[in-house]
Amino acid sequence: MRLLIQHETEYHYTEPQARVVQLLRMTPSSHIGQNIVDWRIDVDCDARLKQSTDGFGNIVSMLYLAGPVERIGLRVTGEVLTEDRAGAVSGAIDPLPPAVYRRATELTGPCEALLDLLRDHEGAKGDALSRIHGLNSAVCRLFPCKEHRSTDVRSVGEVLEARSGCSMDMAHVLIAAARADGFPARFVTGYIYREDPDCGHREAPHFWAEIDVPEYGWIGFDPANDMCPNDHYVRVAQGLDFRDAAPISGARVGGGHEVLAIGVDVSLSQEQYQA
Amino acid sequence: MAGADAFDEIRGKPGDPVGRPEFAQLLDWMETTPPAELDRRQKAAEAAFRQLGITFAVYGEEESAERIIPFDIVPRIFTAREWASLSEGLVQRVEAINAFLADIYGPRRILADGVLPEELVLANPQFRPVLAGAKPPHGVFAHICGIDLVRTGPDEFWVLEDNARTPSGVSYMLENREAMLRLCPELFEQFDVAPIDSYPDALLETLQSVSPRGRGADATCVLLTPGHFNSAFYEHSFLADSMGIELVEAADLEVDDDKVWMRTIEGRVQVDVIYRRIDDDYLDPLVFRPDSLLGVPGIVAAYMAGNVALVNAPGTGIADDKAIYSYMPEIVKYYSGGDAKLPNVETYRCREPQALRYTLDNLDKLVVKLVDGSGGYGMLVGPTATRAQIEEFRAALIAEPHRYIAQPTLALSTVPTLTEKGIAPRHVDFRPFVLSGGKGVTITPGGLTRVALREGSLVVNSSQGGGTKDSLILTGQEERA
Repeated sequence: MRLLIQHETEYHYTEPQARVVQLLRMTPSSHIGQNIVDWRIDVDCDARLKQSTDGFGNIVSMLYLAGPVERIGLRVTGEVLTEDRAGAVSGAIDPLPPAVYRRATELTGPCEALLDLLRDHEGAKGDALSRIHGLNSAVCRLFPCKEHRSTDVRSVGEVLEARSGCSMDMAHVLIAAARADGFPARFVTGYIYREDPDCGHREAPHFWAEIDVPEYGWIGFDPANDMCPNDHYVRVAQGLDFRDAAPISGARVGGGHEVLAIGVDVSLSQEQYQA
Repeated sequence: MAGADAFDEIRGKPGDPVGRPEFAQLLDWMETTPPAELDRRQKAAEAAFRQLGITFAVYGEEESAERIIPFDIVPRIFTAREWASLSEGLVQRVEAINAFLADIYGPRRILADGVLPEELVLANPQFRPVLAGAKPPHGVFAHICGIDLVRTGPDEFWVLEDNARTPSGVSYMLENREAMLRLCPELFEQFDVAPIDSYPDALLETLQSVSPRGRGADATCVLLTPGHFNSAFYEHSFLADSMGIELVEAADLEVDDDKVWMRTIEGRVQVDVIYRRIDDDYLDPLVFRPDSLLGVPGIVAAYMAGNVALVNAPGTGIADDKAIYSYMPEIVKYYSGGDAKLPNVETYRCREPQALRYTLDNLDKLVVKLVDGSGGYGMLVGPTATRAQIEEFRAALIAEPHRYIAQPTLALSTVPTLTEKGIAPRHVDFRPFVLSGGKGVTITPGGLTRVALREGSLVVNSSQGGGTKDSLILTGQEERA
């Protein structure tokens, strides 16, 4: 598929800020099944963007703004060619061995409710791959996925207690479960294209998990949709959990509070129709 | 719990009629100076420390009370020969620590070669994957190491712990010497003691040597403190003062264009080297703890871009992790090509079946520790444990052997110490400070000696009745008669 992505983020501050520093993980890289045709980040104020690659292999851009800052508008636009690889991820830039992704983090630490979930799943027969598919479905069934991103970044324990959440929360649960079950698992930030025109505009990027399956390597699992990512998906950043792969991590110097508006549109490129 | 047969560093082995003749003058001094006079001097030193405000915990213990760590007036002495051999071992060890850090944040050859289990490093919370690929100036990660040593005999030194994060306590080394020079000048006439007052200069030179822009003595170095509420604030301000560099808090710094700037009244100045006394977790809210108010947003980006040196580099905690410690002899050998000159305390990794069997057979003689435990939790001291405690550990070891290591109970050396009942032997350990910069390794001839003030105690921690002593290193010039 040829997908067009438009991701707008707008910060409003109730008081002017003296300084804003943001770390953007909003640039995807090409790999097998995902070819970045065009990608750009525009900032609608006088800002310096410095690009580099972090230890996870993510392309990061640092945004430094001197005050007074009352608002920031960020617009990411891109065009990506995708192929359905049944979730298999290969050729993605990951400088780290899978063993890195075995550790629990503060957000993905094991808890009683998670162990219950795994226990219910213990009877599952078959090889590692079918076992993980089963886990993915089990997480999907836990609660319906909210379209809005959860306001707070919550731990797996908190998510399982609340029994509600967004794709980020579901990805965290699946990652924690996979790690507790002995598989390296990582968090992925990206975009998803929906054929239903009513679903075209969303208020958040999409989040899912990738799990290192013996004999297969890294495979994507999207517990929000109980499936493996196909050509509707564009992967952008990865890490141990949301904190490593968040589209934007920011800090500001100044009073008041910030109001955040996000708009994500993923559509088919016109060229696709003409083809 | 100490054996009565411990080696005494001044009197020699128990029952040894000759003792250690090179220190006869110190024995004379202890015998001829009236205990009341020693006590007076010791109290004078402690009063001075209290006035200075040296009231912090040495090893990261949470001590809320504003109290000073007791000072003992009787110094400890090392001969020039002992120091030379210790120094060689320390240089080798710290060079290996830096080579190890450069390797695991770089090509990870040691893991590919199977010297230690990959997962022990990569899945360890002290390994910071986001920093993989970092190339700090001159490849130095751990610029300041405080290596904790214990001694069991004339030439038997053992490394107990490598402190490669932000080791503290060097201000004690310097202040203890100041006090001794003032209160016991006669000792420095009798012995040729190597001076240690050059430590702040050596530290400053180390900082300047890793400045990414070079600039030598013109490099802008700062000391970043969490603030005056921090228990080690005295040391932060003392060191910044002694080096003549700015003491800053996070709010004094900002990152712009992947460079770190310090706000001053004359405008902003680019910072080359930051001696940071803030833990990794709090250093940069954009990549570590997002709720940290102590850190500088963007400082990790500046570090990764090579525009600022962080001393010590973030992520060095992996080198002094308990799980890694037992592999240090292999790590030293891997990078130095030779056997470790300073041995580890023998450590049985219970994850290995043979070690587990030995441990289970000797629980009453060993110290068993949880690999990921701290503060004495999950620890069995065999010789003093009850039958029930031993059986409890036996069950835990069988259930989860990979979580435990075991070590022999060491007979730590003693040094004469002023007690309520006069001078008596007390157990000690030793922390020298090793500096690594662009021009190699420097060790100031001294260190921090901690002493377990309670009779028979092996626990030197200040929270459990530990104190400090001055540590004299002789220069090796002919002893004066």
